[in-house]
Amino acid sequence: MPQNADNILDHENLFRQPEYVELFENKKKNFEFAVPVDKVKEIVEWTKTKDYQEKNFARNALTVNPAKACQPLGAVFVANGFARTLAFVHGSQGCVAYYRSHFSRHFKEPTSCVSSSMTEDAAVFGGLNNMIDGLANTHSLYKPDMIAVSTTCMAEVIGDDLNAFIKTAKEKGSVPKDYDVPFAHTPAFVGSHITGYDNALLGILKHFWDGKSDTVPKLERVPNESINFIGGFDGFVVGNIPEIRRIFKIMGIEHTFLCDPSDNWNTPTDGTYRMYDGGTTKQQVAEALNAKATIVFQEFSAQKTAKLIAEHGQEVVVLNHPMGVTGTDQFLMEISRISGKPIPPELELERGRLVDAIADSQAHLHGKKYALYGDPDLMLGLTQFLLELGAEPTHVLSTNGDEKWAAKVQALFDASPFGKNCKVYPKRDLWHMRSLLFTEPVDFLIGNTYGKYLERDTGTPLIRLVFPIFDRHHYHRMPIWGYEGAMRVLVMLLDEFFESLDANTIIPAKTDYSYDIIR
Amino acid sequence: MSLTVEETKARNKELIEEVLKAYPEKTAKKRAKHLNAFEEGKTDCNVKSNIKSVPGVMTIRGCAYAGSKGVVWGPIKDMIHISHGPVGCGQYSWAARRNYYIGTTGIDTFVTMQFTSDFQEKDIVFGGDKKLEKIMDEIQVLFPLNKGITVQSECPIGLIGDDIEAVSKKKTKEYNGHTIVPVRCEGFRGVSQSLGHHIANDSIRDWVFDKMDPEKNTFEGTPYDVAIIGDYNIGGDAWSSRILLEEMGLRVIAQWSGDGSIAELENTPKAKLNVLHCYRSMNYISRHMEEKYGVPWVEYNFFGPSKIAASLREIAGHFDDKIKEGAERVIAKYKALTDAVIAKYRPRLEGKTVMLFVGGLRPRHVIGAYEDLGMNVVGTGYEFGHNDDYQRTTHYVKDGTLIYDDVTGFEFEKFVENIQPDLVGSGIKEKYVFQKMGVPFRQMHSWDYSGPYHGYDGFGIFARDMDMAINSPVWSLTKAPWKKAA
Repeated sequence: MPQNADNILDHENLFRQPEYVELFENKKKNFEFAVPVDKVKEIVEWTKTKDYQEKNFARNALTVNPAKACQPLGAVFVANGFARTLAFVHGSQGCVAYYRSHFSRHFKEPTSCVSSSMTEDAAVFGGLNNMIDGLANTHSLYKPDMIAVSTTCMAEVIGDDLNAFIKTAKEKGSVPKDYDVPFAHTPAFVGSHITGYDNALLGILKHFWDGKSDTVPKLERVPNESINFIGGFDGFVVGNIPEIRRIFKIMGIEHTFLCDPSDNWNTPTDGTYRMYDGGTTKQQVAEALNAKATIVFQEFSAQKTAKLIAEHGQEVVVLNHPMGVTGTDQFLMEISRISGKPIPPELELERGRLVDAIADSQAHLHGKKYALYGDPDLMLGLTQFLLELGAEPTHVLSTNGDEKWAAKVQALFDASPFGKNCKVYPKRDLWHMRSLLFTEPVDFLIGNTYGKYLERDTGTPLIRLVFPIFDRHHYHRMPIWGYEGAMRVLVMLLDEFFESLDANTIIPAKTDYSYDIIR
Repeated sequence: MSLTVEETKARNKELIEEVLKAYPEKTAKKRAKHLNAFEEGKTDCNVKSNIKSVPGVMTIRGCAYAGSKGVVWGPIKDMIHISHGPVGCGQYSWAARRNYYIGTTGIDTFVTMQFTSDFQEKDIVFGGDKKLEKIMDEIQVLFPLNKGITVQSECPIGLIGDDIEAVSKKKTKEYNGHTIVPVRCEGFRGVSQSLGHHIANDSIRDWVFDKMDPEKNTFEGTPYDVAIIGDYNIGGDAWSSRILLEEMGLRVIAQWSGDGSIAELENTPKAKLNVLHCYRSMNYISRHMEEKYGVPWVEYNFFGPSKIAASLREIAGHFDDKIKEGAERVIAKYKALTDAVIAKYRPRLEGKTVMLFVGGLRPRHVIGAYEDLGMNVVGTGYEFGHNDDYQRTTHYVKDGTLIYDDVTGFEFEKFVENIQPDLVGSGIKEKYVFQKMGVPFRQMHSWDYSGPYHGYDGFGIFARDMDMAINSPVWSLTKAPWKKAA
């Protein structure tokens, strides 16, 4: 009998017991009519070949294991970054269940979001009634300060007009006339979650700056010395925003985060559930118009938003997820230039300590080959950091990165001797990556939780630095931005290197001469 | 401290009144019909169910696609399931349900992969049928050992007038009768996951059973053949169930659908009995097999020793003495284990109260397992149950139990806040809300990444998990000591 009350076996051990092993064999042999083992082996080997890679890269209709999600996810991320704001997604309700689950699995936090629960009748007649009832219910039940509306693909396909619907809902008394309901159309069949981030943030800025759908006068810009910061879609937001806030404070720069979910996804367990916590207030959004400049930390997460802000007369500095030494230098020099405030010795010291750590450890990373995939800006930041560590970002892949992005990655390769043998792959997925890892193997893989399937199939050790991370806890709490964040990334790269080296030298009397105590 | 039945009923009625006050009048009227305190002796729970969720209230429900791709079809391991439409649905449901299986993923099995047609604007405008054809061609090249393909429709498919049935027929012909199943499980259909289960069941009937050539099926049955229906092998549940059925002398010829294969589906009509765990998601195909192939079906419950023993005997009742003796032998064999588990954990869990909100069968099925450990379920409800679920629930719940159908985030929070159960069992969206409140919680969809919970082997894990949730030292730390004193 496999199970034992004194030593309860969990699934990973329970099913290895002989009773179950026999059960699996019999099931397969007698009932599954499975493909013969030899044939499976043959195909396994074939998928590792150049021939398979060519066929794999020739596909132009099927996507397998993509590294991107759809627009409304980004819109829900944005809504979570505003004070007492509830995300309201107009369309099918199942989508909302998915966004909430997805974020909760990553952040290990509640994620509030409501749906207008459109069904077949709404598909025929439109979802106006769902909007009218939905806004009324949300408003009276959850008492948000603001309801941020976005759409699922269902509402987009049938052509529901959010501006008109919200106006009608207000006329019907769902919410007060002057109640803030910014909105964004976020069709899932255009772009990805980063496009949704862009559209949703654009919707909120437009609402407050440009006259709330023609119901109040547009705001007049009265320039001040403050700097706005837009982080973009970021799985490490809980750690990153406080780090950027710390940097701004050290530099004595007045600043506003446009979208800050770092408190909402980081509430305490103290006996009270907080449905809303922290976030950018409506007043801050309005005043952000007056800022001297806006830093867009991730270009591809906020392209339209950046344009809108520039059109309102602000300087907009667009970055590509700068990280590491050079990346952080660039960010600090930009905010120093804009504010006219010098970079203080305190930050110089942090920089020095980071460079010190890199100098201590660089020999272990020099020349190591990395494959990485994820959102376009994060890939740019990581590529730059790896290159300055003397590592080679051999395969850089993004499902939602386009040719413009690829050119930027190529420019980074071209600027470094370590980029010589590296290649960028726009609009590709993890099944493409699988081929690459077989035909041109690397030492390490940087990706999200789904990368573990590549680790299993190809034996490439995975470093989790990309959203979503479901199977490791609390990574998101620590920053990867700033010098402090770079230190964290450095340690993660080194940890994986040392773990792999130890695992590779651990066999007694065979390989353990290299199982060194000092490394 | 503990309330009498009448006091409980009064408290629950009061609570229901209280939460309804927060809604606009029209919504309060609608929601009132979904909430009740159970009255002993009634044939159902006197709540409305399986009707549209109210917009804007934070329903916990999902959609028809989730019911088909996520539940029924997704676990069939040797077929490729295309999430047909935009990228999101397949991405969020990718490998999230823990349907365990044995196989070489990407080669002969495909459960934990995300195949999507990743619809772009042009596919919406010009239709996606051509793309779908191309996708099937590419699948046949790159995944030559797949035993079939299903097309899991996302919302746009039904709205733009694509003919996925025609594409499937054409490609089946082109690939020499390869099984290709179009599934009309667009997310806007129906009111929850439930219609997706039904649509998926029907698609097995129409595109698997009805396309089979009986001449070609050489599978030889025995008098002791059964099929496990409605077990998704979450954390290995179907395996820890199968082992018991085999030990009592039965031959399990198919698993629907956890760790299942297309061959197993096809051979199921040859079973002597279908044993049905999740009634909600697979009663449709069970009824069909009864009508068309004369295979009777019986519901069973493998949570907790009391229900397991009763179920083993009930299943054995459909067979001869050999199997009946087998059932007794199995019950006797595992008695020492379950006695030891109960001896160890019951003293730590006795009298603890539980509130549940789950899908499928669990809002009622797990109650027996809690009771085996001396715990009481004081509130329960279904995400997407129908009235026949609430009828079945009457056999499980105690007089006065709070019943909440399609509970909203707001209601659930208020109920738990007031009742202060020792444990809440629900899903990932609810988990952290209640833990923040200091209430121990277990996910009862995914077993909180643990399991199996089915069968005798699973019961030990269930008991251990409930104990560690409730008796974790962390719950004594939620209040800072300098605030505790007051």
